[in-house]
Amino acid sequence: MNLYNEEHQLFRQSVKDFLKKEAMPYIDDWEKAGEIPRTIWKKFGDMGFLGVNIPEKYGGSGLDFGYQSILVEETSKCYSGGFSAAIIGHISLAMVYLERFGSEYIKERYLPKSCSGEWFGCLGVTEPFAGSDVAGIKTTAVADGDDYILNGSKTFITNGVLSDFLIIAAKTNPEMKSAGISLFVLDRSMPGISAHKLDKLGWHASDTAEISIQDVRVPAKNIIGEAGMGFYYIMQNFALERLILAIGAITACETAIAYTLKYMSERKAFGRPINKFQVLRHRMAQLASETTMLKSFNSTISVAFNQSKNVVKECAMAKLLCTELSDKVMTECLQCFGGYGYMEDYRMARMFRDSRLGTIGGGTSEIMRELISKMVIDDVSY
Amino acid sequence: MKSYYFNEEHDMFRQSLKDFLNKEAIPNITQWEQDRRIPKAFWKKFGDMGYFGINFPEKYGGLDLGFFYSVVLIEEISKCFSGGFAILPMVQSYMSTPYILNHGSEALKEKYLPGAIAGEKICSIAISEPGAGSDAMNIQTKAIKNGDHYIVNGSKTFITNAFYGDFMVAVVKTDPEAGVNGISLLVIDNKSEGVSMRKLNKLGWHSSDTAEINFDDVEVPKENLVGDEGMGFYYLMGGLQLERLVAAVGGFAGCESALRYSLQYMSERKAFGRPINKFQVLRHRVAQMASEIEAHKYFTYHCCKLHNDGEYAVKECSMAKLLGTEMANKVATECLQFFGGYGYMEDYKMARFFRDSRIGTIGGGTSEVMREIIAKMIIDGQEYEEA
Repeated sequence: MNLYNEEHQLFRQSVKDFLKKEAMPYIDDWEKAGEIPRTIWKKFGDMGFLGVNIPEKYGGSGLDFGYQSILVEETSKCYSGGFSAAIIGHISLAMVYLERFGSEYIKERYLPKSCSGEWFGCLGVTEPFAGSDVAGIKTTAVADGDDYILNGSKTFITNGVLSDFLIIAAKTNPEMKSAGISLFVLDRSMPGISAHKLDKLGWHASDTAEISIQDVRVPAKNIIGEAGMGFYYIMQNFALERLILAIGAITACETAIAYTLKYMSERKAFGRPINKFQVLRHRMAQLASETTMLKSFNSTISVAFNQSKNVVKECAMAKLLCTELSDKVMTECLQCFGGYGYMEDYRMARMFRDSRLGTIGGGTSEIMRELISKMVIDDVSY
Repeated sequence: MKSYYFNEEHDMFRQSLKDFLNKEAIPNITQWEQDRRIPKAFWKKFGDMGYFGINFPEKYGGLDLGFFYSVVLIEEISKCFSGGFAILPMVQSYMSTPYILNHGSEALKEKYLPGAIAGEKICSIAISEPGAGSDAMNIQTKAIKNGDHYIVNGSKTFITNAFYGDFMVAVVKTDPEAGVNGISLLVIDNKSEGVSMRKLNKLGWHSSDTAEINFDDVEVPKENLVGDEGMGFYYLMGGLQLERLVAAVGGFAGCESALRYSLQYMSERKAFGRPINKFQVLRHRVAQMASEIEAHKYFTYHCCKLHNDGEYAVKECSMAKLLGTEMANKVATECLQFFGGYGYMEDYKMARFFRDSRIGTIGGGTSEVMREIIAKMIIDGQEYEEA
């Protein structure tokens, strides 16, 4: 009933040591630069971190979900949502489609380099006029001999400017709604792809792009899985995506609470450390309780997910609750820092703005409630 | 995910318990609420089924089963829309008699446990006083040794099961000078000379009897001391984890039943030409509550597992009690709202659920007391060890 055994804990320690040496000292620079350097991908790959869930024959380690969860947790403790998003975007949003649904050709071409960190990817589903209503996307893929010609645009795409390959959802049959959608993997080098970087409230270390796709010629063999199945593939991966976002959010909450408690033990007001003021103590007790509860919920779901049980409902619930809690935790923790909370010298300001995306990205809280209400009120099952 | 905690035998136990409650309890609850008491004959039937003795050894008449059978029991009695009904077995089997089982002498166990497990005798736990609740070290009731007896003087209040009950585990000061080390637990028969009671009127929990108790030179045999003199406070601190867990289980289970009841109503009630379960704002409220209930439930199961494995999980149990009972208040308020005017009428069960929930964040240590305990653990690094 535990997600982690001793080997997981050893792995966790090696991730921690790695991040402490290779990421933590540079996070502030990356936040300013608005991206993480290419060299970090290779270092992640050398450690074997990128391919934990990928079979060995494609350069991975073929391990269970617990290892991916550890990567999410540890990268989420680095006080930079953008950094963590870049890594997760590659592993849990891009690579996962290649591995789960891709042909042998696709796996052999993309996965080894994805595991080694030579290449990293992005997932392009959202468009300027279609987010969670995936069936409403407008990007088209029209057959032309052995190729498809893609046209359209994507937006809010994490790793969208710098990634080496792009997984793009497009309509191979524009007459149909969800059943007309296919997934393609595109190389960055294919003519007709252009991307421009978006300015964001937070997640500064992550490159987020608007991507324009103009007459991009893509070989038919670059279709992931079967044509017309893209929508279902996306739906199938949503549970994982939401669980990962929930785990990331709750880890950020834990990190912020620990960071805040440390500050409160050092900061004095009216002659005593502010952690002696009852109203602040109770606030922290409440936040810690809610965080502990949801972390436990995530753990239970993760075990079930690892055992391939249907946890669509629970993942949506966890994503909703954890990201909403994160906004609350960051708001209240920042408050405990007073004026320093507003200054960039402390990490609360960044945690606050980075958290704000949680209830939006990967399906808004409102979309989660839509989905959950269908399951609990109308007895719809997925 | 339920299968991580419950197996087929638990499911069978749950089904037979549900059948029993549907036949023997639910048809009578409204009457019991009006009568402000539950007939003793019912509790005898409850005892005959073994429900008072799930975690007690067979030699005292118990079933000697794992804790998750108790979780099943607490869930199901909490889904009967009467907090006053559910609280009697909770107090009897999880908040009072366990002190006798865990710390009492063999003679004390043989004297009191079989009757309680059979449902013939009802027990209460007398901690709170007019001037002391969660700060148990400040209680004033004294038990001074005099030969073979203790002479007890003082008063207790808010004592569930006491007015119609048979005996109590009372928290007393055997050494008034010794602070927390002067506190002891004493089993007192309700009919002892010098014990007088007044039944209290309450906002909710109407079918439960709650008493204010006075002790006026009550003679209690010294054999009725539970465990060692001066250890009472430590025994209590150990027992309170179970009490909090029970409150947490009752909290989410009640919420589940209230939400299910609301969903049923919402599918039938129409407004502006369609069932009200089609209105998005209500649907999202349901989704939010369903999510919170699910998360609380699995966290509480996790805490129950810790308890079942013998861990002394003060922090987790306090968190579960805090969150579960706070949630119940919120769910009660919002579910009542779904019923509109009918929610305010006694024809539906929401009114009762609403008033019965309100005690959750008070009894067994208020939310504020829970946050005090949690704050000490997470801020000051305080740790608690089991006595």
